[in-house]
Amino acid sequence: MKLQKATRCALFAILELAAGPDRQLSANEIAEKYGISTNHLAKVLRSLGRVGLVEAVRGAGGGYRFSGNRRRTTLLDIIQLFETIDPIRHGEREDGDDTSEGKALCQVLMEIEDTARATFASITLDTMIKLVDRGR
Amino acid sequence: MANSHPRHAERKCTVRLAKASDIPQVIAIDAENTGISKAEYWEDLFERYNNRSSDIDDETQPKSVKRYRFFLAACDGDSVLGFIIGEVRAWEFGSPLCGWVFAIGVRSEIRQAGIGNTLFEALNERFRKAGANKVRTMLARDHTLIMSFFRSQGMMAGPFIELEKDL
Repeated sequence: MKLQKATRCALFAILELAAGPDRQLSANEIAEKYGISTNHLAKVLRSLGRVGLVEAVRGAGGGYRFSGNRRRTTLLDIIQLFETIDPIRHGEREDGDDTSEGKALCQVLMEIEDTARATFASITLDTMIKLVDRGR
Repeated sequence: MANSHPRHAERKCTVRLAKASDIPQVIAIDAENTGISKAEYWEDLFERYNNRSSDIDDETQPKSVKRYRFFLAACDGDSVLGFIIGEVRAWEFGSPLCGWVFAIGVRSEIRQAGIGNTLFEALNERFRKAGANKVRTMLARDHTLIMSFFRSQGMMAGPFIELEKDL
């Protein structure tokens, strides 16, 4: 499966900030590490700020700081701010869905959606940071 | 969000094979966590997992005797703080020797104090001694609390998929 660009930016930013909750990083520093647009990242950081997951620190050496709880926040909490990963479960319909074949296809796709949702819902930022550290 | 329990200081406990006198507390912990009291189920499980064996103390049993089924309790004196159950299985649909965890419970008021970690590690140690180098479990995908716990222990999706149908 593929996540949208804004979702990936948000996940990278939040993982970077949550890994060192006492440190502040600028949008530029995060954008440079992941090769993403600073403007795009700034918009994403504002969205994360509105839900209280990051806070902007003003002044010299300012930037962004993680302000959530990494043991309680899951990947799904972040992803859902930017996209729906289970559109069929949420009632999204396409041509042919009312046929028997379409219904059977929806049933199979919903099985995949449910597994994806359960996976994202079960992985906290804390677990994800451990996973990142193991891969270093 | 993953769960709503506040983080507590690490709680000291001793992990050992469960005894018959622990079972009423195990039943109470499970009933509190699941909302369903199933005394017969736990008594039967204890009978099959710990009581049929003469080597009830796994610390003193001869090294030549390998145990494959474990019903462990985390205790502080006579008080049971939590429990975990698992067994070593082999060759189910081609799977080599592997430890299976199929029940874990911790008193709700002391969650986030490291009891689950201690129990899981104690069970893994016994699985290793029994020759397994992999541990596996199966969960309801909407059971986020327990799924997050196993994820925090480093568990990931494995190569097997659970399938079922109505009968």
